[in-house]
Amino acid sequence: MANLYQFANTMSCRARARRNSDNDGMSPSPLPSPSAPPSAAHPVPASCTDLFISFTLIALQGFGGVLAVIQREMVERKRWLSNEEFIEEWSVAQILPGPNVCNLALMIGQRHFGLAGAMSALAGLLAAPLVVVLALALVYARFADVPQVQGALRGMAAVAAGLVAATGLKMSAALGKNVLPLVVCVLIAAVAFVLLAWVRVPLAAVVLGLGGLGCVLAWRRLTP
Amino acid sequence: MSAPQLVFTWTDWVSLFTHFLGLSLMSLGGAISTTSEMQRYLVERQGWLTPAQFGDSVALAQSSPGPNVLFVALLGWNVGLNNGSTMAALCGVVIAMIGIMLPSTVFTYQVAQWAHRNRGRRAVRAFKQGMAPLVIAMLLSTAWLLASGGASGPDHWPLWLLSAASCIIIWRTRLHLLWMLAAGAALGALGLL
Repeated sequence: MANLYQFANTMSCRARARRNSDNDGMSPSPLPSPSAPPSAAHPVPASCTDLFISFTLIALQGFGGVLAVIQREMVERKRWLSNEEFIEEWSVAQILPGPNVCNLALMIGQRHFGLAGAMSALAGLLAAPLVVVLALALVYARFADVPQVQGALRGMAAVAAGLVAATGLKMSAALGKNVLPLVVCVLIAAVAFVLLAWVRVPLAAVVLGLGGLGCVLAWRRLTP
Repeated sequence: MSAPQLVFTWTDWVSLFTHFLGLSLMSLGGAISTTSEMQRYLVERQGWLTPAQFGDSVALAQSSPGPNVLFVALLGWNVGLNNGSTMAALCGVVIAMIGIMLPSTVFTYQVAQWAHRNRGRRAVRAFKQGMAPLVIAMLLSTAWLLASGGASGPDHWPLWLLSAASCIIIWRTRLHLLWMLAAGAALGALGLL
């Protein structure tokens, strides 16, 4: 932890230095004085340390998924992004491979402090929760044979399955606005579900086949 | 089923690493969407984890704070533990997390800015729109496998009922997920599932 924190600190100093030199290169005007009030319309993260701490706190509040917490903090509390910007960023984060919230943190960090910002935000999102989850695993290993603990885990696993399904169903609302007709979307989704869940076809084949088919159909329906 | 006793060679560690490296770029819609592929490889093909260890890892990560991708760290942890030492377990964590994060992070970093600048382009829009049905199917099939991992057969109807009920509640209401997990844990601890 301490090492990561120092790492973030060092990175933030470098980023600031680089930003300042960028500024110098771009305009002869002096840097804004420290007393100048930050833009009220659009606050920005103060440093990479700020990014690291902000995302650590967000991650530690996010039980069973961080998306809802990130949205509340970024848009409503810190206001680093407007709601429209958030939705735009999220759609990109979701389309790109990798954990969605990690992609989003990476993109927000990158926007403000480049590579150092991206790494600080990502480290914040992962470091503390990683320690927590390993600690939980150690505790669980000690009590794994207690029937009540097994029962509790079974119950939580069933709820977790419900959460994943609910996330899919929430996202399916967006299919109504898809360029593909709804019946095509449902058909592709249904065939993909059967192949993945029941036939157990490897994911790569389904992504290339049905995903590729979806992209080609969408391409043909979009006006250039 | 008791945990397998493994003795990993370098080749096995490399296979584990490349498995996660390969899945990283496949994880559209989140690392959770590749769970079925991980289970197929780690449990069914290699036998490095028992189905119970796999399910517990996912459940623990879901019920703990932070991004869901941390279940991958627990998978690495358990594969390492099956090799018999905490050092191997930590090694598993590092290998699994770097494997699953590195390619997607590099890719996202490179592509995010480009995609943002070119979000009006036909190809970018076609990709976003065309992938949407598949991303949803991946989430639903992951949910199916998670639900059937703990509950195979009609004897387990209370678990299926709980999954379905929590799905509908989380889908249609704004209730904090923590309450649902606590309720699931309480029902399970009381022996009702």
